[in-house]
Amino acid sequence: MAATDIVRASRLPASGWLESLLSRLGISGRTLVIAIPFLWLLLYFFLPFLIVLKVSLAFIAIAQPPYTHYDAAGNFVLNIGDSYGRLVKDALYIKAYLNSLMVAAISTLLCLFIGYPFAYGMARCHRSVRNILLMLVILPFWTSFLIRVYAWIGLLKNNGLINEFLMWLGLIDSPIGMMNTNFAVYLGIVYSYLPFMILPLYANLEKMDMSLIEAATDLGCKPLKAFFLITVPLSFPGIVAGSMLVFIPAVGEYVIPELLGGPSSLMIGRILWGEFFSNRDWPTASAVAIAILLALVVPLMFYQKYQDKEMAKES
Amino acid sequence: MAAVEKTTKQPQNKHVSAPWNDPKAEPYIRIENVTKKFGEFVAVNNVSLNIYRGELFSLLGGSGCGKTTLLRMLAGFEVPTAGKIYIDGVDMAGIPPYDRPTNMMFQSYALFPHMTVEQNVSFGLKQDKYPDSEIKQRVAHMLEMVQLMPFAKRKPHQLSGGQRQRVALARSLVKQPKLLLLDEPLGALDKKLREATQFELMNIQDRLGITFIVVTHDQEEAMTLSTRIGVMNEGQIVQTGTPQEIYEYPQSKFVADFIGSVNLFEGQIIEDEQDHVLIRSDEAGGDIYIDHGISSAPGARAWVAIRPEKIRLTKQDLNEPHNCLSGVVKGIAYMGNLSIYLVQLDSGKQIKVTMPNQVRAAEFMIDWDDRVTITWHANSPVALLS
Repeated sequence: MAATDIVRASRLPASGWLESLLSRLGISGRTLVIAIPFLWLLLYFFLPFLIVLKVSLAFIAIAQPPYTHYDAAGNFVLNIGDSYGRLVKDALYIKAYLNSLMVAAISTLLCLFIGYPFAYGMARCHRSVRNILLMLVILPFWTSFLIRVYAWIGLLKNNGLINEFLMWLGLIDSPIGMMNTNFAVYLGIVYSYLPFMILPLYANLEKMDMSLIEAATDLGCKPLKAFFLITVPLSFPGIVAGSMLVFIPAVGEYVIPELLGGPSSLMIGRILWGEFFSNRDWPTASAVAIAILLALVVPLMFYQKYQDKEMAKES
Repeated sequence: MAAVEKTTKQPQNKHVSAPWNDPKAEPYIRIENVTKKFGEFVAVNNVSLNIYRGELFSLLGGSGCGKTTLLRMLAGFEVPTAGKIYIDGVDMAGIPPYDRPTNMMFQSYALFPHMTVEQNVSFGLKQDKYPDSEIKQRVAHMLEMVQLMPFAKRKPHQLSGGQRQRVALARSLVKQPKLLLLDEPLGALDKKLREATQFELMNIQDRLGITFIVVTHDQEEAMTLSTRIGVMNEGQIVQTGTPQEIYEYPQSKFVADFIGSVNLFEGQIIEDEQDHVLIRSDEAGGDIYIDHGISSAPGARAWVAIRPEKIRLTKQDLNEPHNCLSGVVKGIAYMGNLSIYLVQLDSGKQIKVTMPNQVRAAEFMIDWDDRVTITWHANSPVALLS
């Protein structure tokens, strides 16, 4: 009785003016609901992307904005050579891309090795403790990302907390140079993105059927082996999801290498920033952005394909 | 209960004699005073049980009676708080599940979803590092036995419930354990498939000679499968016996009520001799004469349990001194092969009587609101003191 009442009530507003309007326009409610996110992505993602693409095909100009689509003769030209040509010819960009991919890949692996035991432990905890731990994992998000990265400077610098403490203990005589190194960049990225690894892994491990592990041990498999034969393969979707969530933003990371990294931590995000703000070379900056996007779309497509396969398996 | 010893019971599995009646027989599995507590909650309370080689023993009870906990202690997933478990003479204390000579078939089947049927079945053999050729041969043999050869390359999610159940069975049998533990093995199957699988299970058990312990809440399943049944309630085993013993000679109201349906009359013992007992029951509205004695003090409170199918219903007036009551038919449920009659006795108590429909129109011979006499043989009821 109550359920049908609710259904009826929820239908009420739609049966009013909105429904008559929609039906007159030939739009069903379902189309409308799907259309909203589509419109959003169209307006705030696809259109800006097209603008960036357009800028990447322009000449630099001393103007406001600092680019133009017309060559010296005043003809409209799509200029691929200047911006994209530079990306291919100048070793700096390629090095920066490769370095970004490497930093992101290593950070992802580090997050996985730290996050997996973490998520596993959480998933095996008592239910009441589990929620507290989950809260603690999410808690850092309540503080601004920028402030948290800044805080690491205070910890890592030569007269920072860690060095001072170690010297006070007498373990070291002079400060260890941690700031402005690759180490600091890795530390920053792993620290910042670890929750993105833990959460999908936890979601996956938490719903895993414990009787599978029992069945494995019952069949003569020692617990550690059962972990690698059963738990790890079954948590693969979680591993993939977590790795994507860490890898993709880490490739384009700007703030962490800028604040914690040294001159050698050359990452594509910094190059982009430099081109845009220091060199005022909008076309090249846009080309760099498009190239990052392309570099990331490929793994994303793999992920999408994998997910589709998983979905098909479940249904 | 003298009567139990007097009657020699034929176990259902004819190949198994009755080692539990032989005092010299060495039990294969010995459970000695095992208790398991979870915090304050006592899941299994001081259970002792002997199970013999080749038995198909059922632990029967409602949910939360401790039967699964007992099974998990045998498998090694739970550690007893007190007491000892011996399998084939070896104390199982401190032996982890992967070193025990037991295998378990899980209620959820617990098939590895990322492995094919073949990989699932061969998993246990691979852990023991058998040569590949032997693994292949044993898995093939097992799959043939459960008729899953054509499905060897499928994943569990591509199988039906019945097929999954057979994979689980094959996986737990392939290592030829000393003891196979089955947790509600037929629970997820529909009725037709259940019946077929029950006989298949008995067949397999017979052929391989492996000792089975089955946990079930389904009394019908326990009755058809088992050599013996242990009825559990609130963490304790309240009665152990063959299906016939449990059904025909329940030792308590709980067992009588739990296994099958039963009519219970409360009364007072007025005569308790070697060869008979006479119970006066106001609830029944008459005296009940039972042709075997129980040892009790005269005047004690007792209950008489009598199965619906052991009662005869007639429209004739019989007027016997005991085991004869009269009432009015208040309801008839036609079941096809038999009919269930609800009879309101003159004492006000309502009882259940089942009668086979031997004649096609039998259900019309006694109708609603007919006055009837109910009677039974002096051998049929059981007197219970608790």
